[in-house]
Amino acid sequence: MQTEIKFAGFGGQGILLSAKLLAYAAMKQGSFVAWVPSYGPEMRGGTAYCTVVISDKLIGSPIIKNPTHLVAMNRPSLEKFVDDVKPGGIVFINKSLIPGGSDRTDIIKLEVPINEIAIKAGSVRAANIVALASFAAKSKLVDLDLLKDCIKGEFAAKAKIIPLNMKAFDEGVNFANNN
Amino acid sequence: MGKAFSKPQALSDTMTHYCPGCTHGIVHRLVAEVIDELGIRGKTVGIAPVGCAVLAYNYFNFDFQEAAHGRAPAMATGIKRVRPDLMVFTYQGDGDLASIGLAEIIHAANRGEKFTTIFINNAIYGMTGGQMAPTTMPGQRASTAPMGRDTDLTGMPIRMANLLSQLVTPSYITRQAVLKPQQVNKTKKAIKKAFEYQVEGKCFSLVEVISTCPTNWGLTPLDSLKWAEETLLPYYELGDYKIPE
Amino acid sequence: MAKVLMKGNEAIAEAAIRAGCLNYFAYPITPQSEVAEYLVKRLPEEGGVFLQGESEVAVGYMIFGAAGAGERVMTTSSSPGISLMSEAISYIAAAQCPAVFVNIVRGGPGLGGILPSQGDYFQATKGGGHGDYHLLVAPDGVQEAVEMTMQAFTLAEKYRGPVMILGDGLIGQMMEPVEFPDNLKTEPSNKDDWATNGMDTRKSKKRNLVKSLFLDPTELNNNNLALKAKYDQMKREEIQFEAYNTDGDYKVLITSFGTMSRVCRTAIDLLKEEGIEVAMLRPKTVFPFPEQAVFDAATKKSCKSVISIEMNMGQMVEDVERCVKGQRPVEFYGECGGDIPSPEKIIEIIKKMI
Repeated sequence: MQTEIKFAGFGGQGILLSAKLLAYAAMKQGSFVAWVPSYGPEMRGGTAYCTVVISDKLIGSPIIKNPTHLVAMNRPSLEKFVDDVKPGGIVFINKSLIPGGSDRTDIIKLEVPINEIAIKAGSVRAANIVALASFAAKSKLVDLDLLKDCIKGEFAAKAKIIPLNMKAFDEGVNFANNN
Repeated sequence: MGKAFSKPQALSDTMTHYCPGCTHGIVHRLVAEVIDELGIRGKTVGIAPVGCAVLAYNYFNFDFQEAAHGRAPAMATGIKRVRPDLMVFTYQGDGDLASIGLAEIIHAANRGEKFTTIFINNAIYGMTGGQMAPTTMPGQRASTAPMGRDTDLTGMPIRMANLLSQLVTPSYITRQAVLKPQQVNKTKKAIKKAFEYQVEGKCFSLVEVISTCPTNWGLTPLDSLKWAEETLLPYYELGDYKIPE
Repeated sequence: MAKVLMKGNEAIAEAAIRAGCLNYFAYPITPQSEVAEYLVKRLPEEGGVFLQGESEVAVGYMIFGAAGAGERVMTTSSSPGISLMSEAISYIAAAQCPAVFVNIVRGGPGLGGILPSQGDYFQATKGGGHGDYHLLVAPDGVQEAVEMTMQAFTLAEKYRGPVMILGDGLIGQMMEPVEFPDNLKTEPSNKDDWATNGMDTRKSKKRNLVKSLFLDPTELNNNNLALKAKYDQMKREEIQFEAYNTDGDYKVLITSFGTMSRVCRTAIDLLKEEGIEVAMLRPKTVFPFPEQAVFDAATKKSCKSVISIEMNMGQMVEDVERCVKGQRPVEFYGECGGDIPSPEKIIEIIKKMI
C-alpha cells in the first residue's frame, strides 16, 4: 500500500515544512517514506511544491505524476494539480486564499479557512500547521499525537511558539472533524 | 680550521638543469639557507610550479608536492589548512603566478593564507621557450611577440607586488632582486622575514625576485644582469610594498 | 542509532564526518550547495576544516594539497564544477593521493539545467580529464549514498586514488530516512610512506614527494602500469551490483543505475502484476563495471533482449553492449531534460519489446 501526497503553494507558506513533518511522523510510525521537493529558480516566488510518498514497502520511483491526495495552499496550485489527483483522493483547499473550488465530483474536498482559524488561535503564522492538522485528521495517514510530537521536536529551539502551534493544530483537527 | 662554506642541508646534492647565468640557483640556495637557519626543514613542504622550476623538488631536501600550472597557492592552501603546523611555501615563476594562476594567488593572499610565496619574475616564459609573459616589458622581444611586446594589443606588464599590496588583508609583500651581491643579501633577509611571519602564524607573504633569463633574452649572463638593472628595475621598483600591522 | 529523515546532500555531508573526514573544500553550485551549508556549521563543532574556494579549479588543488599531506578530505560539486575539477582529479590519480569527490549530477552539456541527470557517466567512468585513469565510482538513493560515502574514504586509501560518488539532483534533494552505520568508519591508513606530512611528523630522514611529472619515458610508463594494476585489482575486488527479479524466466533484462533504477524497479513490480517477467541488473559501482554479471543475466536462456534505461542520451549502454558481446540485442531508452521517465513510460517501452 502506497500513498502519495502533493503539497503545493507559494514559497513561504510552509509547504516544505508541513510535508516534512508528515513524512517524519510516517517514518516514526514505521513506514517507508520519501520527501521529494521541486528546487531551483522555480522556488523563487512562484509555485513551490513537494511530494511525500508513504509506503509499507521499499519505495521505487519517488517521482509521482498522479498523487493520492493534494494539499493546495493557493489558487495556481489547485488549478495546476487538481486534475492529477487519483479518484477518491482528498483535495485540501486553503479557503482563505482560494475563493472557488474544484468541479471534480470524484474527490473528497476539504475546504478550510486556515488563516481565520490560525488568527483565532493566536497568529496567522500558524496557518500551515492548521492546514497540516486538518489534512492529517481527514486522511488518517498518521497518528495525530505522533504528528504533534514531531511538530514539538521541529520547534524545540523556539519553544515559545510551541503552544501557539499546538492550539492551531487542535483547531485544525476540530474543523476537519466537524466539516 | 672550521669549514668556511658548505651546502645547506635543505639542498640536495643534485646538479640543476638551469641554464648558465640563470638566477634560480641563487634563490634556491637562499630559501634553503633560511630553512636551515630557522630549523624548520623537518616540517617544511615546498610546492613546485610548472615552468623552469617544475623540477625544484629535485634540488631541495624535504617534503615536496608538485602542482599543476598556476595552482600552487591552492595546493598550499589545502596543505596549510589541514596541517597548520607545517611550513608551506610555493615557488612560482611569472607565467605560472601572474598569468594562469592569477586567481589562485590573489585569493590565497586575500584570505590571508599563512604560507610563503617565492615569485621569480624574469619577464618571460622560460621552460616553454621564451614566449611573452604578463611581465614582459613593452618592446621586449619574445617568441610570441617577435616584434616586441605591443602594449596596444597586450597591455602593460603586471606589477604583482604592487597589485597584491592593494588587498586590504594584512600581508608581507616585497620586491627584491638578485642582480648584485647587496641585492642577494637583501633578498635573503626578505625571504627570512617571510618565513618568520609564517612561523609566527602571522600572515601571507610574497617575495617577488627580479631575476634573469639569459637564454630566452638572447643575452650573455653579464649583459642580462645589465639589461635587468637598466630595463626591469625602473619599472619594477624594489622595496617592501606591504608590511603587516 | 535511530533513523533520521535527511536530504541526500545533508546525509552525504554527515556521512563524511561519521567516516572521519574533517576536511572539506568546495565551491557553490546547484543542486548540491546544501552540503557546504551543512558542513560550515558541523565541521567547526568537530574541530574540522571548512573552506569555500574561489573556483572549482582551485578547490581541486586544495583537495590535492590536503590529500598529499595525508589528511582525509572531500569535495562536492555538480557537473560543470566537476568538469573544472577534472584537471586536478587527473593529477591526483597520477600522484596517487586518496580523495573523495561527490558529483550530484545535473543536466548538460554546457550550463544545461539544474534538474537530475545521469549525463556524466562517461566523464566519471572513463576519466573526464587527460591521461589514462579511472575513478572508482558508486551511485544510488539516500541511504546508499550515505553508506557509499562512508566506504569511499576506505576505498580511496586502499587504492590511493580519487573515488567519486556519482549521484544526481534527485538523490541530493530528496529526503529519506537514513542511518549511519558505525561499522563503516575506519581508522585512517598509515600514510608515512608517501605523504608530505613533514619529516618530523613521521620521524624520518627520508623526504616524501607527491608529483605527477615523469619526464623519463620508462618512469612514466611504469607509473601508468602501476595505476593499471590498481584498476585491475578494483575490477577483481570492488564490483558491486544488484540483481532484481532475476530468479524467474524473464524475457527482458533492464540495465539501469542510480535514481533511474528505482523507477525501473516500480515498473518491474507493476509488470509482474500483469504476469510479465522483467529483470534488472543495476551496477552499484559503474567503474569497475559488473561485466560478468551483465553478461550472465543477459544470456540467460529466457532472456530475449536487453535495454539500458538512463537519464542521458546513451552512455552506460556502451558498456552494456561491450559486456553482452553481441549475444542479445541491446536497446536503449533515455531522457535527459530533467524530467525523470515515469514507470508508465517504461512499461510502455517494455511491452513494445515483447
